[in-house]
Amino acid sequence: MLRFILGRAVMLALVAVTVSFIGFGLLRLSGDLAAVLAGETATAADIARVAKQYGLDQPLYIQYLDWAGRALQGDLGKSLFTHEPVTELILARIGVTIRLAFSALLFALVFALPLGVIAALRKNTWIDRAVLTLSVLGQAIPSFWLGLLLIYLFGVILRWLPISGSDTSWHFVMPTITLGLGTMPALMRLTRTGMIDVLSSDYIRTAWAKGLHPLSVLFKHALRNAVLPVVSLSAVLLGFLLGGSVIVESVFALNGIGLLAFDSIKRIDFPVVQSILVFLSFCYIFLTLISDIINARLDPRIAL
Amino acid sequence: MAAPDNIDAPPILTVEGMSVDLKVPSGMLHAVNKIDFSVRPGQTFCIVGESGCGKTMTSLALMRLLPRSAKLSATRLNFDGHDLLSLSDHAMAELRGDRLGMIFQDPMTSLNPVYTIGNQMEEVYLRHRKSGRREARERAEFMLQRVGIMSPALRLKQFPHQLSGGLRQRVMIAMTLMCEPRLVIADEPTTALDVTVQVQILQLLTKLQEEFGMAIILITHNLGIVARMADRLAVMYAGKIVETGSALDVFTQPHHPYTQGLLRCMPTHDHGAPATRLGSIPGIVPSLVGDIRGCGFANRCDYVRDACRTGDIALRELPDGAAYRCVIPPDEALARPAELATP
Ligand SMILES: Nc1ncnc2c1ncn2[C@@H]1O[C@H](COP(=O)(O)OP(=O)(O)O)[C@@H](O)[C@H]1O
Ligand code: SF4
Ligand SMILES: [Mg+2]
Repeated sequence: MLRFILGRAVMLALVAVTVSFIGFGLLRLSGDLAAVLAGETATAADIARVAKQYGLDQPLYIQYLDWAGRALQGDLGKSLFTHEPVTELILARIGVTIRLAFSALLFALVFALPLGVIAALRKNTWIDRAVLTLSVLGQAIPSFWLGLLLIYLFGVILRWLPISGSDTSWHFVMPTITLGLGTMPALMRLTRTGMIDVLSSDYIRTAWAKGLHPLSVLFKHALRNAVLPVVSLSAVLLGFLLGGSVIVESVFALNGIGLLAFDSIKRIDFPVVQSILVFLSFCYIFLTLISDIINARLDPRIAL
Repeated sequence: MAAPDNIDAPPILTVEGMSVDLKVPSGMLHAVNKIDFSVRPGQTFCIVGESGCGKTMTSLALMRLLPRSAKLSATRLNFDGHDLLSLSDHAMAELRGDRLGMIFQDPMTSLNPVYTIGNQMEEVYLRHRKSGRREARERAEFMLQRVGIMSPALRLKQFPHQLSGGLRQRVMIAMTLMCEPRLVIADEPTTALDVTVQVQILQLLTKLQEEFGMAIILITHNLGIVARMADRLAVMYAGKIVETGSALDVFTQPHHPYTQGLLRCMPTHDHGAPATRLGSIPGIVPSLVGDIRGCGFANRCDYVRDACRTGDIALRELPDGAAYRCVIPPDEALARPAELATP
């Protein structure tokens, strides 16, 4: 267990360095930052002055080391546009994103697990096909379109739900459905194939041969084995949800990390983008760590 | 011959005209074809035959655990006073694991990897005896002792992957005996094990049978095991029972050409050596899809004649409940020279 955590810590450090360096390089290559900062009417002299002011005239690796050194001390710099500290910007919005990501994953799992189990039990019947069709639809519908559809239906016509903002839990209902529906199909299909696999295994035949109650066979013996890969996928999906809810956040005007990243990329707000990048990769590693620990708890064959 | 041959006791299991048909893409596969046999209390009944002859389908049919694509039919299927054909799923589940147990071929995959040995053993008892956890744990510990497992309290806390194949099969046996079933079906219980472990498991089954008095249907493709364990036996070929009788009768006076061929392939001097395999008779088993006209063994039989290829071959009954399915009458069948093995 200790070795496992140490290993993960080393990995975390390596990924942090790699991701931040690549991110750093890509962002710098994506445009002349000094020119953008100096504004559209700036002269060449203005631009050079701005470059010098922000250290942009230095070689790339010096700039990187400079940034990394300060980041290690907890100073992620200030936004080039709002001039607020990046840490504060992120902390102010991460709550919304985390709340949305978790509720979307929960929504997805609540539907994916039972539907996957039912589809597996009724393999190759119309029920199975209906569930699969639903899952293909869920994946094919673009989230902005689904979001707009929901807004039109529940916000504009029925007026049941607020259509934008993040003030109350009600504000999260439609974003959760939008994001959750897109997340559900992969989880559902994995539950289904896992369950079909497990149900034809020898130990399930043993469970039937012991005369156990069908619910015990299905839920105690089969599902526990079938969800092992679902746990890992959930962690990956949660990572996507944390970083990839840009569209949903902008459709519903939720002030989360996704929207912040989107806006910052548009205006090449370098410190913010860079910090979000590193932050999200940390989230990823942390989530896989959690999923490995959960899997080890579910499956005694895994020794951490 | 482990237990006395209780020929007088009423059978605990009666099978008459049992068939298992499987829907396959090329048609209907007759995996088990109108078989009859009965098993008496405390008896060891062996079903022997080459791979693919329908042994596993027979055992799964008796447990009512056939795959969905299979259809079970029989004129009579009675276990311990219950009609297995008309029993509800719920009532059938109550029999399984309680009065009727099954041991499977592969101990490596037959236990659930994510639960402890104790958990898996106790749940059978909790289900059928409605007992408390403590009682179930004590029973599990007792059963592990009975199957020769040292430090049972420790083993109960372990997971299957921490045990060797031989130990796992002992656990499977102990688990099957938790509620003292009257009949245990063992489908090739030693095939997946090392030769030395095979002998130990067979000895264990014999010992437990003396102790608990259950009947055993032992399914195997290994004549050495049959010779060592069987009170009565049935030889299966292509979904049919081609010869049945007491082990002594069948081994000393086999009537069916297939049985004779099998025994001829069996080395005479080391009974019980589990290395003896079937299938050394030349030729291939006919496809079980669609109806076989006449005798299924005809394409491999040295004594085949015209009568063998038309219609159903009638069963010829012999004294002591023995029988064989062949057109050749008994005196002619026995007149054939054969270097036979004695059990
Ligand atoms: N699930 C299945 N679907 C279709 N055919 C099967 C299935 N299982 C077994 N069979 C066929 O049924 C016949 C009997 O199989 P089985 O009872 O497993 O034989 P044995 O146990 O004697 O080796 C074989 O021809 C086999 O190919
Ligand atoms: S019925 Fe004919 S083919 Fe079949 S075993 Fe007897 S002699 Fe051989
Ligand atoms: Mg088999």
